[in-house]
Amino acid sequence: MIILKNLTKTYGSINAIDQLNLRIHKGEFFGLLGPNGAGKTTLIRMLSTLTPSTLGSISIDGVLMDRDKSRVKSKIGIVSQHTNLESELTAKQNLELHGKLFRMPKDVLTKRIDESLEFTNLSNRKNDIIRHFSGGMKRKLMIARALLHSPEVLLMDEPTIGLDVTARRKLWDLMKRLNKEGMTVILTTHYVEEAEALCSRVGFLNFGKIIALDTPTNLIRASGEFALECFDERVNETKNMFFSDRETALEKAKSLSTSVNIRPTNLEDTFVLLTNRKVGENHECFNHSLA
Amino acid sequence: MNVLTILWHEQKIFKQKFWTITSSSMISPLLYLIAFGWGLGSEVIISGTSYMNFVMPGIVAMTTMTVSFGTVANSLNISRTYDKTFEEFMTSPIRIWEYAIGKITAGALRGMYSAVLIIIIALFFKANIIVTGFFVLVAFLNALVFSSLGFVVGMVIDSHLEMSKFTSFIITPMAFLSGTFFPIEKMPFILNELIRILPLTQSTIGMRTGTPLSQNAWISPSILITYFLLFLFLSIRLCKRAE
Ligand SMILES: Nc1ncnc2c1ncn2[C@@H]1O[C@H](COP(=O)(O)OP(=O)(O)O)[C@@H](O)[C@H]1O
Ligand SMILES: [Mg+2]
Repeated sequence: MIILKNLTKTYGSINAIDQLNLRIHKGEFFGLLGPNGAGKTTLIRMLSTLTPSTLGSISIDGVLMDRDKSRVKSKIGIVSQHTNLESELTAKQNLELHGKLFRMPKDVLTKRIDESLEFTNLSNRKNDIIRHFSGGMKRKLMIARALLHSPEVLLMDEPTIGLDVTARRKLWDLMKRLNKEGMTVILTTHYVEEAEALCSRVGFLNFGKIIALDTPTNLIRASGEFALECFDERVNETKNMFFSDRETALEKAKSLSTSVNIRPTNLEDTFVLLTNRKVGENHECFNHSLA
Repeated sequence: MNVLTILWHEQKIFKQKFWTITSSSMISPLLYLIAFGWGLGSEVIISGTSYMNFVMPGIVAMTTMTVSFGTVANSLNISRTYDKTFEEFMTSPIRIWEYAIGKITAGALRGMYSAVLIIIIALFFKANIIVTGFFVLVAFLNALVFSSLGFVVGMVIDSHLEMSKFTSFIITPMAFLSGTFFPIEKMPFILNELIRILPLTQSTIGMRTGTPLSQNAWISPSILITYFLLFLFLSIRLCKRAE
């Protein structure tokens, strides 16, 4: 279990992470969702031991991070937001370096390298230099590398950014499989549908604080399962209203003069609803009457 | 053990970029040899020997310095600020001081490699260079001093621009002032004393002497070791802070 206690990171006057308390259980697929600048990367970097906290603590399976960084490091695998592969080395050499740094025995390392190149479909490119790889291939290799030493926790910062749809779906499947096999996965994303498709629990991060924390289903239910979508021609904007039952939504729809669409609420709606409320903008969006 | 991993990594990169490294570390010594060796040639006699023979140890010392310093400082700087590969080391269970030792050793070896290249080139210029064990020792200490300085600078400086400023304001002046191209006795007194404190001057003096038997021969290695220990200490302090 990962426990964050009163975790805070300040940069000058900015609270990138603001007195965060959070427990993430073993085997969970946890999603951190938030707009740009919310503090997702900062939090992942703190969990990765890369960024020291200003205040508060992180412990993984009872080991305090500041006490025993090496222990914590050997338990986690990290896929950062940007590419950080050795571009002059080959795919295989990058993995070899990682294995040696994690002191994997030679025979285990050789086997694991073959396996991970296999499941990321990079076997035929293993002796190519990273500089010639596409973005998707680099990302896959970074994931293979993070998994090489069989970590208990996988930390991923926007892992599917810049991937095409097919590659993204494949990556989703891979992450699901790893989680099924018992790995704790913590993922940040600003693609809401990604969190909805994958995560067993989601935390909405905004201005360094968690403003909502629950399963995707519960979060959606809380904002109303039915969304009424209409286009306001006066301001050329699509507006959404949320209702907990279909009847009320229909009644409302009848009272409007414009064409409307009733659909199930998704996590994105909830996200917009929560983050906008927090920011204090576009309040009228949610109770605007077009009549 | 982990230091060996770092060396393994550096060796792979060296192999990958072998020709780039080899050709680029040959360019400036080659130019110096053409200009000061052929140009001034054997006609000029300085400190009782031909200018070519006088300038050779200086050029070896200078090149070892620039190569060792540049290799470590630039690769660390790029790794920290640009391609972020430093993170891979920071998030692995190795200690960062092990990384420092590996990096510094690799940088010093790279400096020695460039020294070997120059000496080979010098043979074509018919320079009469005598490579003694003492010469090699001083050259290696010189390489260690500047690769550890490179580590400190690479850890502290965060931008590429600042990096080239450091080279322009510290490394290049040192290359020209440290008795590489002229006997420092020709300098006015105060400047002479100042120049004598510089590590590169001590390397050049030591390599010109070439023997541990002459009077005061061990002064230069001692001063170089002091510099090295100082920079190594700073490197390890910086690593502890980064962890
Ligand atoms: N190294 C840093 N120095 C100063 N401010 C930073 C630094 N890293 C992040 N921040 C600030 O912290 C906040 C959170 O950033 P970040 O964690 O990168 O957000 P996200 O990943 O959610 O987009 C932003 O306001 C950002 O400007
Ligand atoms: Mg980010």
